[in-house]
Amino acid sequence: MNSSLLLSAATFIYALASVFYIGSFSFKKQTFARLGFWVIVIGLVANTGGILLRWVESYHMGYGHAPFSNMYESLVFFSWTIAALYVFVELKYKESIIGVFVSPLIFLSIAYASFDPSITSKITPLIPALKSNWLIAHVITCFLGYAGFALAFGFSFMYFIKPKDPGTKSLFAKLPDWDTIDELTYQMIVFGFLFLTIGIITGAVWANSAWGKYWSWDPKETWSLITWFIYAIFLHLRLMRGWYGKDLAIVSIIGFLGVLFTYFGVNFLLSGLHSYG
Amino acid sequence: MKQKDSFADQIWTFFASVKLTVYTLVLLAATSIIGTVILQNGSPEAYIRLYGPGLYNMIQVLDLDKMYQAWWFLLLMVVLCVNIVVCSIDRLSATWKIIFPKSILVNPRRFEKAKNRQQFDSHLPMDRVARHAKQVLAGRAGKVIEKTDDAGLILYAEKGRWSRLGVYVVHASVLMLLAGALIGSALGFKANLRLDEGQTADTVFDSHTRLPIKLPFTVRCNDFQVKFYDTGAPDEFKSSLTILENNQESFTEDILVNHPLRYKGINIFQASYGASTPDEALFEITDSETGTIETHTIKKGGVVSLSAGAGNFIFEGFVPHYDFNGHNLGGAFIGRLDTTNGRNVQIILPTKFPTFDKMRKGRFTVEVKSWDQAYYTGLQVTKDPGVPFVYTGFLLMIIGCWVTFFVSHQSVCIGLEQVGSGSTRVWVAGRANRNVQSTNLTVKKLVKELKGVSGK
Repeated sequence: MNSSLLLSAATFIYALASVFYIGSFSFKKQTFARLGFWVIVIGLVANTGGILLRWVESYHMGYGHAPFSNMYESLVFFSWTIAALYVFVELKYKESIIGVFVSPLIFLSIAYASFDPSITSKITPLIPALKSNWLIAHVITCFLGYAGFALAFGFSFMYFIKPKDPGTKSLFAKLPDWDTIDELTYQMIVFGFLFLTIGIITGAVWANSAWGKYWSWDPKETWSLITWFIYAIFLHLRLMRGWYGKDLAIVSIIGFLGVLFTYFGVNFLLSGLHSYG
Repeated sequence: MKQKDSFADQIWTFFASVKLTVYTLVLLAATSIIGTVILQNGSPEAYIRLYGPGLYNMIQVLDLDKMYQAWWFLLLMVVLCVNIVVCSIDRLSATWKIIFPKSILVNPRRFEKAKNRQQFDSHLPMDRVARHAKQVLAGRAGKVIEKTDDAGLILYAEKGRWSRLGVYVVHASVLMLLAGALIGSALGFKANLRLDEGQTADTVFDSHTRLPIKLPFTVRCNDFQVKFYDTGAPDEFKSSLTILENNQESFTEDILVNHPLRYKGINIFQASYGASTPDEALFEITDSETGTIETHTIKKGGVVSLSAGAGNFIFEGFVPHYDFNGHNLGGAFIGRLDTTNGRNVQIILPTKFPTFDKMRKGRFTVEVKSWDQAYYTGLQVTKDPGVPFVYTGFLLMIIGCWVTFFVSHQSVCIGLEQVGSGSTRVWVAGRANRNVQSTNLTVKKLVKELKGVSGK
């Protein structure tokens, strides 16, 4: 048993969960969604095991570092945070159908890590800049933030497919009511915003101890700030200007595009200090 | 008719609007993109090469080459700050009255429309239900206020009134951060310092202005070490630094990436390193006619005589980049052969190609066998008196966000009314300024406990 095997297993388990959820949506069978939930839980267990095992393996290789040091490891962890947050949300809100919009994201992230040939899954030693206790705090908080926004994105999506007044027979009848969708999206963004804030702050404190500057307008920093601005706009529009529904969902989707660009775009298109994931 | 607002009032209203906040944030977000796309702090040549002279003019006019310090970008930040201050003043007095009321008014009518309102009848007399209700309410929702009205008894409890201040803390933290940044840019500096092993310095040069800055102490690099993993990737850079004051050694400390030295408000960071120029090496000179091989350790500028009195070899120095027919061969030792027949030949000995001189096919072949590789350490020296303000701002922002989003002002009300003899009608309802979910839960639990007591 090694971490790669466990993580590949997690990939396929998440794929199966997506199939169940989508099946539940298409055929209006609640049972499929219940199955999907438990499959996600199993995937989460495999995902957790894979990450922990990889941590142990890095010690056996003599490098000994938390598995948050490159694109592969961050994508695997991204899947983990979305899955963990989703399991929590489904347990709390008892709405299982919303997994349709989240389970594919969980699968896509870990699948991208495994199948893109340019992303290596090799365990590599830490470069000097990453050798810091801030690594774990920074990565965990940032990705919890990203996960909150990913879920919000999935939920916002419902505004664009659910008809205003779905009849009881329609495909969309089982979707949560508008108030619940609104509440879910908002709660996820609030969660994401708090953790993105902490993530940016831990990054700044770390940068100050590594390079002597807490903020240097590096593209990664700037884009995370842009994302933070977008969600700050979201919060002001909702809380102070009374926006809701589709209009607000558009802001949430723009925000998630900001997240994606901060995460991938900056690494692939722009150069900077933050080239490891 | 309402009197027309004075000009000052209009300005106040303008800066007190959340619309302005949203527009400013949109502008900040949108313009911030520019600096990640257009090269920052480059040389004029670089801009002309990348964008052409026409666009470069525009870049210069709008300061897009140092966008985050440009006047219009700073102006946006100032607008945001004024907006925050005016908004806070505008709303704080109302919030203050809510947070610190002269007396808490209990108005059961405010709970009539609450979605979580539940009602049931208990077969216990009212005073017994009231006793239990007070107990469970105090346990779940805080200090209980009692009120008797014409309908019966009203029990009220609330918590988290102060949480309404959270949002002001967040906004104050933004001001604190920007104040810290301002202090840092006015009173701080960032400089680079290159020290060879053994070298000392008490002056650094600002990385933007290139002006010299005198440090309150002298720093010496005793030793620099670099470690690599088996893969060839760098593992650790380490400089041993000694701080000297009044020509006395104060202390010695090792610095690594992520482990800077901080002393007297000055921070010294390990930033980079490089090979310093060697000034001594072991040379091997082969005479192809006689087959004799001689080795000499020669200092820079040193001269040795060749075998059989054929002439001299002079070690002239080391160049970091040797250009050979347009190819950069990297670091190379440079020497000269002075043979007695009057011919001078320049000898090039690139460190990457030890047998390079054989290609010359002369009588004497020179090769560098070994040399002591010394390093220089690249240090970043900074001073930023704004950091304590910025860190306070960070802390306030996290606390403020937590309070704003996850703590709410909740109030719960229980109404008791005598119905018939020995029976009581009970209603429970709760309100919150946000996170109503958790209030709903409190109401549910209260109802469950009250019903439990009533033996239902």
